[in-house]
Amino acid sequence: MNFGLSEEQELLQQTIDQFLANECPPARLHEIFDGEEALDAELWRGLMELGLGGLAISESHGGAGLEMVDLALACEVLGRHAAPGPYLGHALAGVAIELGGSDAQKERWLPRLAAGDALATLAFAEPGGIWDPSQWRAAVRDGRVDGVKEHVLGGSAADLWIVGCAGGDLALVERGAEGAALEPFDGLDRSRRLDRLALAGTPCELLERGAAAAQRVRDAALCLLSADAFGGASRSLEMAVEFAQQREQFGVTIAHFQAVKHQLADLASEVEPARALFWYAAHAWDARPEQSERAAALAKAHVAERFVHAAYETAEIFGGIGVTWEGDIQIWLKRALFDRVYFGDTESHRERAARLADW
Amino acid sequence: MDLRYGPEYERFRQEVREFLAETWPLSGEEAKLERVQQSARFRKRAIARGYLARAVPRAYGGSEQPPDVLRASIIREEFARAGAPLDVGAPAAQLIPTLVAHGTEEQKRAYLPGTVTGELLWCQGYSEPGAGSDLASVQTRAELVDGEWVIHGQKIWTSYAHWAEMIYMLVRTEPAAAGKHAGLSYLLVDMQQPGIDVRPLKSLNGDSHFNEVFFDGARAPADRIVGRRGQGWNVSRSTLQAERNAVATADTTLKQFSELLELAKSTRRNGRPAIEDPAVRQRLVEIEGYVTSHEYSSHRQLTCAARGESPGLIGTMNKLVGTDIATRMARLGLEISAEGALDAPYHHAEMLTGGSGEANPVARFLHSLSIRAGGGTSNIQRNIIGERGLGLPRDFAVQKRKAPA
Ligand SMILES: Cc1cc2nc3c(=O)[nH]c(=O)nc-3n(C[C@H](O)[C@H](O)[C@H](O)COP(=O)(O)OP(=O)(O)OC[C@H]3O[C@@H](n4cnc5c(N)ncnc54)[C@H](O)[C@@H]3O)c2cc1C
Repeated sequence: MNFGLSEEQELLQQTIDQFLANECPPARLHEIFDGEEALDAELWRGLMELGLGGLAISESHGGAGLEMVDLALACEVLGRHAAPGPYLGHALAGVAIELGGSDAQKERWLPRLAAGDALATLAFAEPGGIWDPSQWRAAVRDGRVDGVKEHVLGGSAADLWIVGCAGGDLALVERGAEGAALEPFDGLDRSRRLDRLALAGTPCELLERGAAAAQRVRDAALCLLSADAFGGASRSLEMAVEFAQQREQFGVTIAHFQAVKHQLADLASEVEPARALFWYAAHAWDARPEQSERAAALAKAHVAERFVHAAYETAEIFGGIGVTWEGDIQIWLKRALFDRVYFGDTESHRERAARLADW
Repeated sequence: MDLRYGPEYERFRQEVREFLAETWPLSGEEAKLERVQQSARFRKRAIARGYLARAVPRAYGGSEQPPDVLRASIIREEFARAGAPLDVGAPAAQLIPTLVAHGTEEQKRAYLPGTVTGELLWCQGYSEPGAGSDLASVQTRAELVDGEWVIHGQKIWTSYAHWAEMIYMLVRTEPAAAGKHAGLSYLLVDMQQPGIDVRPLKSLNGDSHFNEVFFDGARAPADRIVGRRGQGWNVSRSTLQAERNAVATADTTLKQFSELLELAKSTRRNGRPAIEDPAVRQRLVEIEGYVTSHEYSSHRQLTCAARGESPGLIGTMNKLVGTDIATRMARLGLEISAEGALDAPYHHAEMLTGGSGEANPVARFLHSLSIRAGGGTSNIQRNIIGERGLGLPRDFAVQKRKAPA
């Protein structure tokens, strides 16, 4: 029994943490958040140089061959820093091709994804809040796909989209393909740009075992979103604690007021236990497949709610600064709202969890 | 990361299961003994096998096993599964490590063997009417007169004082000491004596588990002090974190959650099982998110303990987290029972004759308040999380407090 991190895992987290502390401090984060660029190429290149492109891609295809737990630990750190960019989509595209691709498809794409030479993302959502593979409508006929996909993370920056299709199939569509039209979405969380992708008779290639992989990819997404949310929630708490120890009123730091201390203690006891929940969901994905679907749904719903709560409370502790665009916490609060809904909202996953338990 | 215990531990689990299959429940004549006697006989056998009283030396009736949190966890799981008595519960459970650490050789020989089997029943005399959260302000006094402690004062909320043969208590022995923490001592006192009067307090559920205990010239031999005179505060503090962590544990929480699920399945609302109601389903999964977090946080802490590392922030919040979950579950239990929430907590006539019977959702809801107060209130837990977990400054009021007059 070992439910803790290894030295390698701690080192992985420290490396990413250090990189983001240097390359994406809050001032830079605000610039990217406010900017018009769909992708901050420099930051993206830096992340890829750290090897994040291929964490969970097998070694034979140029990746590090690590597990979902490791990918989740990386996403926790990205969430901590509210790191901008489509990492979630790129990492999950790698998972999808690993799970569902033919040898040739893997050969062709995985080394490039691992090295960061190509950027890939998932196009799963469809209008009407449809995320579940069983409900996808995009139709493939004779190697061409028709349909509308929404909320594609980093859609306009990507070289490759993995498009969810009717029957739960997954199709590869390359940038510039005929009939593919992108439209940027005016989203709330500007650190993670979304696009609408309309496909009309667009040439595509089905992943060999895409239908078998789609649910697993969705579960992986829920694990990684819960990790991101935990990182964001624990950083929100830290920001509140740091602020309370600096800000003075009535001649003392506000951390001296028991009301503030108890607010922070309650927040800590909402947030900190959730760490074990996202670890468990990711570990179940790796090692307990029979529990994985439900564990992922439970973790995503729970941890994302904790993040919304933590960022909201933290904004309140900041007083006036908490409600400004210049303040940092607004970025985390918006990330929390994104995490809550992306890949399905809390209520839908709770209902799924109830059904999966035969309740 | 690996949640499996591994082959060596699974062999151990098998061994424990076989032992339990043979020894619990008791059979034949032994099955007719009183519950306390049955538990004591069983515990002796389990101690002989090294399963219980693992941190207590053999010389004092324990099984003196090397620390191994994983074995301890397997023992807890398997004993709970078999419904077998585990190590003795509060209040004796807090006394045992205190005596092992601070007791004299005579005290250990006299009290530990009976305490680890559960034959010797104790109560804990800490709280007083004027000393609750601010425990160090206890006023009950003990004076050494002709080689005996003579005790005057009052304790309150003393659980099981009506059964206990002995009480371990905090008393003020050095009224002149500087600072209220300095003047306290830790005494072991016989309950069956003329100077002690136990009066039951009735809980809001109608049952009586705690008491007021009045001391009017009660006596204890001089050598019944644990630790030195004036050191009672430190003696009593050493096992306090363990006391907090024993409330609303992950095991208890999981068990209560499965009872709540059963309630949701067996109760009908609007003509169908409550569990089919979308609102109930949402609430159940919401609560399960907390329950599962608590469960895997306890695995995390087990791993830290096995590695000899401090658990950090999470280690300060087990009581608040566990009791908050208990409250959420109790609330939902009430809501599911709908009109059932008008029922008396226990059958009233039965209560009057001293019985208690099955706890219904009302009783569970009312009981959830008890665990929030006992063992340090929620606000005191918030202070601990804030100060020790998050590094925030200590309370003004607490910093400036003075010795009682
Ligand atoms: C079921 C049960 C069993 C018990 N068994 C025993 C027993 O066997 N032996 C024993 O010695 N005691 C026992 N107790 C007593 C228990 O330890 C006390 O009830 C507890 O410490 C609180 O003390 P109090 O009741 O005097 O409340 P108070 O300390 O008066 O608290 C009242 C309120 O004020 C708040 N408060 C107090 N101080 C602060 C502060 N510094 N900051 C913020 N808020 C504060 C509290 O959180 C609480 O809400 C038991 C209690 C219960 C409920």
